[in-house]
Amino acid sequence: MTEDLISKKQLKYLNASTRKLIWWKYQKHTLAMIGLISIAGMYFTAIFCEFLAPYNKDTRHLEAIFAPITGIHFFDDQGRLSRPFVRQSILELDMEKHRATVVEIPGTHFPIKLFVQGDPYLFWGLWEWNRHLFGVEQPGTLFLFGADRMGRDVFSRCLYGTRISLSIGMIGVFLSLLLGVTLGGISGYFGGWPDGVIQRIIEVIRCFPSIPLWMGLSAAMPPHWPAMKVYFAITLILSLVGWTDLARMVRGKLMSLREEEFVLAAKFLGASDTRIIFKHLLPSFTSHIIVSVTLAIPSMILAETALSFLGIGLRPPITSLGVLLKEAQNVTTVALYPWLLIPVFFVILIVLSFNFVGDGLRDAVDPYSR
Amino acid sequence: MFAYIIRRILIMIPTLIAISIISFTIIQLPPGDFLTTYVSQLSASGETVDQAELESLKKRFGLDEPIYIQYFKWAWNFLHGDFGHSFEWNKPVSELIGERLQLTVIISVCTLLFTWAVAVPIGVYSAVRQYSWLDYLLTVFGFIGLATPNFLLALILLWVSYAYLGLSIGGLFSPEFADAPWSFAKVLDFLKHLWIPVVIVGLGHTAKFIRIIRGNLLDELRKPYVVTARAKGLSETHLILKYPVRVAINPLVSTIGWTLPELISGIAITAVVLNLPTTGPLLLSALMSQDMQLAGTFIMFLSSLTVVGTLLSDILLAWVDPRIRFGAREGL
Repeated sequence: MTEDLISKKQLKYLNASTRKLIWWKYQKHTLAMIGLISIAGMYFTAIFCEFLAPYNKDTRHLEAIFAPITGIHFFDDQGRLSRPFVRQSILELDMEKHRATVVEIPGTHFPIKLFVQGDPYLFWGLWEWNRHLFGVEQPGTLFLFGADRMGRDVFSRCLYGTRISLSIGMIGVFLSLLLGVTLGGISGYFGGWPDGVIQRIIEVIRCFPSIPLWMGLSAAMPPHWPAMKVYFAITLILSLVGWTDLARMVRGKLMSLREEEFVLAAKFLGASDTRIIFKHLLPSFTSHIIVSVTLAIPSMILAETALSFLGIGLRPPITSLGVLLKEAQNVTTVALYPWLLIPVFFVILIVLSFNFVGDGLRDAVDPYSR
Repeated sequence: MFAYIIRRILIMIPTLIAISIISFTIIQLPPGDFLTTYVSQLSASGETVDQAELESLKKRFGLDEPIYIQYFKWAWNFLHGDFGHSFEWNKPVSELIGERLQLTVIISVCTLLFTWAVAVPIGVYSAVRQYSWLDYLLTVFGFIGLATPNFLLALILLWVSYAYLGLSIGGLFSPEFADAPWSFAKVLDFLKHLWIPVVIVGLGHTAKFIRIIRGNLLDELRKPYVVTARAKGLSETHLILKYPVRVAINPLVSTIGWTLPELISGIAITAVVLNLPTTGPLLLSALMSQDMQLAGTFIMFLSSLTVVGTLLSDILLAWVDPRIRFGAREGL
């Protein structure tokens, strides 16, 4: 009987779980799908960056100070098509411009190989290996994005920088989620004076222009701290300022939900406050939390980039995209070596992708949007 | 209305006190008090330390006393216009910050006005001609504007103008006007330089506002009163501009509270890249050399600015929207 009234397609739709409905709706959003794929790609790169990068991030090539983007050739000296290769380059003094320039030596031939042996590294700090996805053999050099003032490969550094920047976003958002859900939860569920106090705190924090406040807090870190400690301190500072939006969202949702009948029912059945919050209330707006988190990650990453760019964020040897951009602070440097600006596009790509995914998710979890 | 303003100002006081406590904490955060830093800097550069001067400084800031007394001394001095002493510049802080704060305020206000002037017509156009090619183009532009942090935009702009146009666009004044007293010519020169930071800082916010206005206006346009007005034969331009747009741009005023801190943040960091004589670069150098009295004063002032800005926006909103005046938004 039912088959006559509704088609199979409709039945599938009616029987689908919420999660499935959200996923179907999300797939329709082209930009959001592109963003999701690009984020997946970036996390993949971040996880395997030791292997994917042709060089280690701190390997210095003294013969390639400020080397421009390496030219990849497809035709050899006889004009025949060959597999892509590079020529060896050396540093030469340009007497007219009074600076050293990198020039190619004609006739040399270094094909680009897959799984080439190169700088040894500790994969995830655990296994020793020296294979890289692609590269050229010594003394040939391959700088896809050029080299910096110490002759380090900018492409490899970008990959390592993406790893640190993405991890800052994740850890920072996790900490602010913890703070935001706890404080927002207390505020929204209990109301009364705890709500008043927490709301005042949030208001005061929101009055501060975030960058000067971040600057003040991070500049207070003693200069002798090791780089790892600075990394955690910066993440903590970012989340201390960034939790207020999440807390407000959680509070608003809880305030409207706690008046619902199912909460009253749970209360009559003798459920404790913790049980009501975690078992009944939180699951009903997890999707909203996920959306807020997705939209909070890019602002964390941008804040870290800004601080490191100014020189009061992360410090070498920890390399984030902001630390890379610090090299490009000076206009004259940028004008002479424009490839130092390439990390900017990594930042833009990360932020754009997260924004697209966040927007797509927001539309997908909203049952009233079509 | 008067009672509302008074109530609003009274609520502001605890916020300002909280801000001052945080600013004071930032001053105190670096290890050791600032006098030890000062003394070690002096002896490192081989200068002798004047004991009498040290004693007087100690007394002025109450460094021998417990921390809360130091705070009260600092706050008391602050209220009387004594913001402490910058050890890096060896000048009172008040002499250093005046003009820079003024310029920061001027740039923020100009940016806010620029944002509105651009966002309103574009947002209205995008909503009225939804899904036209220009609407798509503006949406893409908006996404990119949102995703590019303004200091990176400043960097790219600097590079493009330097490499291809041969111009250096940094600064707020041409060299010949930098130290000159204010005159008509200097104002003109200032305006010539002003638009660059305004556009750079304003771009992200313009994009955000366009989306807000577009969304709001789309909601309004579907409401029955628009249909009624159209049925009565009102001309389309008159109809849209007179009613739905007025409702749709309401958030512009109500969001000043969080727009101002963001603008000031943006200006602080863009100013470092563009080398503007505003608070940003001086704050950064003060923080780098741990000249905390100067840095703390900046942070205190910048935050107070946003509190005052929020106050003004709330008053403006109450004036525009009678529901707020009569206490619908209790306790704000």
